[in-house]
Amino acid sequence: MRDTTSLLPLVVRDLRLEKDGRVLLDVPVARIQNRKRNVVLGPNGAGKTLFLKLCHGLVPPTAGSIEYTSPRPASEIRRRQAMVFQKPVMLRRSVRANFTHALAMAGVGWSERRRIAAETMAQFGLASLADVPARVLSGGEQQRLAIARAASLNPDLLFLDEPTSSLDPTASHQIEDMLEILYERGVTLVLTTHDLGLARRFADVIFFFHNGRLVEESDTQSFFNNPKTVEAQAFLEHRLFW
Amino acid sequence: MLQDATILSSVLSMIGGGGGRLLEIVLLSLGVTITAVSFAGLVGLPLGAGLALARFPGRTIVIVLVNTLMGFPPVVAGLAIFLLLSRSGPLGGLGLLFTPKAMMIAQFVLVLPIVVALTRQTIEDLWTEYQDHLTSLGAGRLGSIPTLLWDARFSLVTTMLAGLGRASAEVGAILIVGGNIAGFTRTMTTSIALETSKGDLPLAMALGVILMSLTLAINGLAYGISRVGARFSGKS
Ligand SMILES: Nc1ncnc2c1ncn2[C@@H]1O[C@H](COP(=O)(O)OP(=O)(O)OP(=O)(O)O)[C@@H](O)[C@H]1O
Ligand SMILES: [Mg+2]
Repeated sequence: MRDTTSLLPLVVRDLRLEKDGRVLLDVPVARIQNRKRNVVLGPNGAGKTLFLKLCHGLVPPTAGSIEYTSPRPASEIRRRQAMVFQKPVMLRRSVRANFTHALAMAGVGWSERRRIAAETMAQFGLASLADVPARVLSGGEQQRLAIARAASLNPDLLFLDEPTSSLDPTASHQIEDMLEILYERGVTLVLTTHDLGLARRFADVIFFFHNGRLVEESDTQSFFNNPKTVEAQAFLEHRLFW
Repeated sequence: MLQDATILSSVLSMIGGGGGRLLEIVLLSLGVTITAVSFAGLVGLPLGAGLALARFPGRTIVIVLVNTLMGFPPVVAGLAIFLLLSRSGPLGGLGLLFTPKAMMIAQFVLVLPIVVALTRQTIEDLWTEYQDHLTSLGAGRLGSIPTLLWDARFSLVTTMLAGLGRASAEVGAILIVGGNIAGFTRTMTTSIALETSKGDLPLAMALGVILMSLTLAINGLAYGISRVGARFSGKS
C-alpha cells in the first residue's frame, strides 16, 4: 500500500505570475484534495497549462504560495509528484529506455528499474512495443507511454496537461481507463481538458479558468448544473466571449 | 608533359605495390588526425553541452568567440602554436616542436571550436524540447547533460565528422609546427603540397586518391549512422 501520510491537500494562495507587466495567472485560493479527480477547464489561453506548471514547480510564481500539508524537503516533494505534458516528451530511445531513464533519474537502482519498467509496460499494454524507438509510436501510443512512464514513478500527485487532446475516441477511451486505474490506486489526479464529456464523467472537482484567473472551483455536479459565474455559463453553452 | 595514362598507372602501382613510404605517410596522418579529433571530442562535447546549459555572465561573448574560432585560419593557429612550442617560447622546454605531438596539438586546437560550437547548438535545441520533462524528473540543468548528450548522439556524430574533415584536410598548421620531416612528420596533405611543388605528380596524386577514398569511406559510414538515427528520432 502507498504511504498514507500524504502531502495533500495542496493549498495555493494568492498565486500570481506576471511577465512584462502582464498578469498571466491569478489564483486567489485553490485546494487540491487528497485522492480526488481534479479537472481544470477553460478556453484556450486561459492559463490551464501555466497553473499546472506552477503547481508542479516548473515555473516559479511572481508572488503567492504553494503549500503542502505535511512539510517536506523540496526534493521529496518533487519525487512524490509527476507531470505529463500537453505535447508528450519522447526521449530518442526505446520505449523501455524511456521508463528506465525516468526511474534512474528518480534514484531507482538498476535491476529494480528494469523490473518496474517491465511491470508497467505489461500493465498498460506497451509490452509488445518495449524495443521500439519511442518516437515512431503513434500519437495515442506516445500519450499512453507518457502517462505510464509518469505512473511508474509511483507519484502521489499526477498532473496531466490535455491527456486526450488530438486522440481518436478509442485512444481517448484507453487513456481514460488508465486514469481510472491510477485513481483506484490512490493517485491524486489534476488534469486539464477541452473535453466536457470527459470532465463530466471523470471529475470530482472542477477548476474553471478564464483570462488567467481561477474564477470558479466547485464540485462537478454543481459546476455543470448551476455554474456560479457568467463566464462559466457562457463556456458551457459554447458561447464565444473574451 | 606527363601522359594521363602514365600518371594513372604509376598512381595504381604506388597504391598497389605499397611502398613502405606511402603506408608510413598514411598511417601517420591517420594517427595524428584521429588522436587530435578524439581528444577534441573528449573535451569539446562536455564543454559544448555545458555552454548550452550553464548560465553565467559573459556567456554570449564566449559563444560568439567560439563561433568565430570555428573559422580561425589554420596558418595563424599554426604560427601561434609554433611560437608557444619554439625553444624560446613558454612551452619550449617540452621539446615538442617538429614532432607528431605538435601536429596533434595544432589539429586539436583547430577542431575543438568546431566541436564546442556545434555541440552547443545541438544540445541547446534538444534542451528546449526536453526541459520540462527533465526538470519534472528533478534532473537540474547540469544533471541533464548526460541525457542530452546521449539523445543527441546521432547529430553529434555529424559534429565529430565536421571536426574530422577540418583536421584531415588541413595543411597550413601542421606544416608549420610539424616541419614536414620525411618519415617523421610528413602527412598526406603536407606531402601532396611538397610533391606537387617538386613536380612528383604521381606520388601527389596517389596520396590524393587515398585521402579522398578515406574521406568517402568515413562519410559513407556517417550516412549509415544518420539513417539509424533517423529511425530513433521518428520522422525527422
Ligand atoms: N513563457 C510565457 N511567456 C509569456 N506568456 C506566456 C508564457 N507562457 C504562457 N503565456 C501566456 O499565458 C497565457 C496562458 O497560457 P496557457 O498555456 O496556460 O493557456 P492554456 O489554458 O493552457 O491554453 P490551451 O488550452 O491553448 O493549452 C497565454 O495567453 C499565453 O500566451
Ligand atoms: Mg495548455
